Parts: sequence; structure tokens; C-alpha cells
Amino acid sequence: MSDALIIRRLSKAYVPGKPVLHDIDVEIAAEGVTAIIGPSGTGKSTLIRCINRLVEPSSGEILFDGKDLARVSGVALRHARRQIGMVFQEYNLVERLTVMENLLCGRLGYVAPWRAWRRKFPPADIERALALLDTVGLAGFANRRADALSGGQRQRVGIARAVMQQPRLMLADEPTSSLDPKTSVEIMELLAGVARSHRIPVLINMHDVALARRFADRILGMSGGRIVFDGPPQGLSDSMLKQIYGGEDWLH
Amino acid sequence: MSAEGTPAIAAYRFPASRAAQITFALLAVYVVYALTQLDVSLERVQQGMAHAGRFLGRMIPPNFARSELLWSGLAESLQIAVLASALGIVLALPFGLLGARNLMPAWVSWPARLVVVLARSFHPVVVAILFVKAVGFGALAGILALTVASIGFIGKLFTEAIEEVSIKEVEAVRATGAPFTSVLAFGVLPQVFSRFIGFATYQLDSNLRNSTMVGIVGAGGIGGTLFAAFQRFDYDFVSAILISIIALIMAGEVLATAVRRIFIDNATLRQLFRGGTPVHRPLDDD
Repeated sequence: MSDALIIRRLSKAYVPGKPVLHDIDVEIAAEGVTAIIGPSGTGKSTLIRCINRLVEPSSGEILFDGKDLARVSGVALRHARRQIGMVFQEYNLVERLTVMENLLCGRLGYVAPWRAWRRKFPPADIERALALLDTVGLAGFANRRADALSGGQRQRVGIARAVMQQPRLMLADEPTSSLDPKTSVEIMELLAGVARSHRIPVLINMHDVALARRFADRILGMSGGRIVFDGPPQGLSDSMLKQIYGGEDWLH
Repeated sequence: MSAEGTPAIAAYRFPASRAAQITFALLAVYVVYALTQLDVSLERVQQGMAHAGRFLGRMIPPNFARSELLWSGLAESLQIAVLASALGIVLALPFGLLGARNLMPAWVSWPARLVVVLARSFHPVVVAILFVKAVGFGALAGILALTVASIGFIGKLFTEAIEEVSIKEVEAVRATGAPFTSVLAFGVLPQVFSRFIGFATYQLDSNLRNSTMVGIVGAGGIGGTLFAAFQRFDYDFVSAILISIIALIMAGEVLATAVRRIFIDNATLRQLFRGGTPVHRPLDDD
């Protein structure tokens, strides 16, 4: 069971005076899959990355687990980050490490550096990693180097790494954009499975509207740095999509 | 339709860089000017060849009679090179890391870079002269001089390697809440490790060569023996020393290759001695 994520008046401007996010106000329930859709360059990634502070927000609050994630720093920021799993579009695995080492990266927030340097991870972590590899369909891949994997396999490792953190919130930044349609569905099934089995909120940025409709409990439509749609997948009409993406030729 | 027949294609010119043309012209002018200034002539080269012939004649056959002196000098050079490389690499690692602008704030990276630049400013022989004045004649001065040179050289290469890592991988490790040193161990080091090994073996090679030279200014090693032999016109002993140095450098090359194969190609000791092919990780398609 996890907490809700509450975002209040969140703004981000990379260049002063040209905000990418305008006063975002949204509450993400303590469970379930939320998909964020919208055109490229509309601030979806920025929004996701503000939550775990890979991007510094300009103003606003991000409340989670009794803390304002927009304000924490140092050890408090690290402790916040280790509760938040993140899955990346280009997987961002450490290419020259093995699959097992990549999974154990998810435990680095909990294991002392001098132990991590010597690869002295608790046996429970190793056991969990092996079980997780089984879950994501990569049993027997533990000692394979990450750069020897295919895209779909890499993203499975990426998800397993995030789950290793035993996160209370999961973020995914376009996790399927580099994958073929069949693998995309499998990856979305895995992410939705994590949301169900761990009972945590999963926040996913995506381009594929059909996939979002199929897997999300709730859809946020963004356009021009603002949330212009917020509702269940059934409520996402063609006219709404027109408003989010502009134009209509692509719809047919 | 022929290419020459089309007016647009005939009119097309590849853009020529005026700046590059001017630079080459200036360079050519300077080369001619320098030649006239330095009294360089073909006659002098021809005369020199005759001297060189006599000199080479006296070098043959090489005289290995003073082998004890030769061995002790070579051993000292080897020790200087290995100690200076080890010390230099250990010290270059922190400076290389601190100088990396993608991981460190400017107020940390600039001082670190300054140290590395200063260490690289002078030729090892110049630094050796300074250390001979400071700590006296002998191997210690040589070790210190080559340590400084190593910091200057691989410190810079380490910094560049770290600055070229994929920040995506680092970002992912950081996003797990890992402390900075663990980010280094899992996000940065795996990306730069094989290059570090390459730089380190290259530096050992360079230090081996330089360690045969710092002796000329009294900083220990075979260089002192070589210089003395030159001054006493013992050219047969000079050639013995030169042959030994070549052997030393070649042995160093073999050692460096072995180190690279162990760390970069994951070769086992058996493969190393039997000369088997390096292990390449299996690439599999799904």
C-alpha cells in the first residue's frame, strides 16, 4: 500500500520566462496506472523528471509520503529517490555491467558504498533479483552483459531494476517508444502488473494513445505545458484528442 | 544527361576555406624562414653522416663485459618506472575525477585541472632536475619526477574519459537514490574502466622510456650509466646499453599487452600463456 502523490502549482522553466510546465495541479491516487499523453515537447518528460528531481522544478510543491519532493536535498533527496522507481525510454542500463549488477543498482540506495564497491550485496537482494528475472521472463540471463540484450530484454531489466527498489511510486518515461508493438504491449503488461501486485501508483508517459487506453486507469492529456484532459480512458473522445494534439488528419 | 552539361552542376564549387589556405601559406613561409635562420644545409648533413659511420663502427660489437653495472642500472630504471606509474595512477585518479566537469561543480574542477596542467607543463627531465636539487641524486628524484609526469598525462586522459561517459546510465543509477560513491562505482567506473587500463599501460610504457633518460640529470636508472659511457667514448658499452633498453621496452610492451588482455578482454592466465584468442562476449539475437 502506498501514498497518493499530490502536485501543486508545479512550474518549470529551463529558460527564464519560457515555462515548459504551467502551474500543474494534479493528484495521483495511491494505486493504479496513470498515463500521460500529449505531443512531443509539451513537458511530459519534464513533469515526470521533476518528481524524482532529475529535473529541478522552478516552483510548486510535490507532496509524497509527507514530504515536499520539490524541497528535499542531500540525504533526504536520496531517501526520497530510493522509494521512486524509474523506467527510461532508452532503458539507461549500465551497458558494461551484467544483468544482475544492473538489477542490484536498484539496491544501491540501501547498501553502503564500501559494500557495493566490493559487490557484497545481502543474499536476500540477490535472491529477489533472481526471482524478479524469472518474473520478467529473463531467467538465466543474470550473468549476461546488458549490452548483449535486445531492446525488449533491456526494458525488462529496466523494469526489474526499478522494482528492486521496492518502490512506493513508479515513474516511466516513454517506456515503449523504442520498442516494437508486440514488445510494447508486453512491457505495458509488466508495468500494469507492478501497479497491481505492489499496489503502488505507476505514472507513465506515452505516445501510443491506444496503449494508454488499454492499460491506464486514468489518462492525463497535456498540451502546451498544461493538463487539458483528466479522466478515465472512456472519456477520451476524438474531439479531446484533437484538442490535445492539434489537427485531425492523423486520427483517421 | 552528362554532369558537365548541366550549368548548375558546372557552376557548383566546393566551398574552400580561405582561413585554411592562409594558414598553410604562413606555415610554408615560416618553415623556409626557420631553415635559413638555423644554418641547416645539406653539406653539414653529409659530413655528419661520415661521423655517424665511424661512430657506429666503434659501437660494434657491443660490449656486455660490464654486465653487473648494466643490470643494476636497468633494474633501477624498471623500479623507477613501475613505482612512478603506480604512484602516478593512484594520484591521477582523484585529480582526473575532480576535474570532470560533468560530475563536479566548476569550483572543484578548475583547481583540479590546474594541478594536472601544471604537472604536464614541463618535460620529465626538467622536473627531474628540480627534484634532484630538492631530494638529491638518485632514484627517488626520478620516481618523483615521473610521478608528476604521470599525473599530468593520465590525469588529463582520465578527466576526458569521465567527461565522455553516457550521462543516461549515470542518471539511472542516481535515480535509484544511490550515494555519490556508489554512482561512481556502478554508473561511471564500468564505462571508463577499460579505457583507464589502456591509459595506465600506456603510461607505464612511457615511464619505462623516460626512466632510462632521467639518469642523465642524475635522477637514477640506466641513463646515468649511458651518459657516462658516452662521455668516456665507450661506444661498445653504449651500444650494449642501447640494446638492453630496447629489450626492456619490448618486455614492457609484452607486459602491457598482457595487462590489457586480462582486464579488457577477460583473458584467463592459461589463454595468456598459450597465446589463445581473446574472449569476446557472446552476442545473441533473440
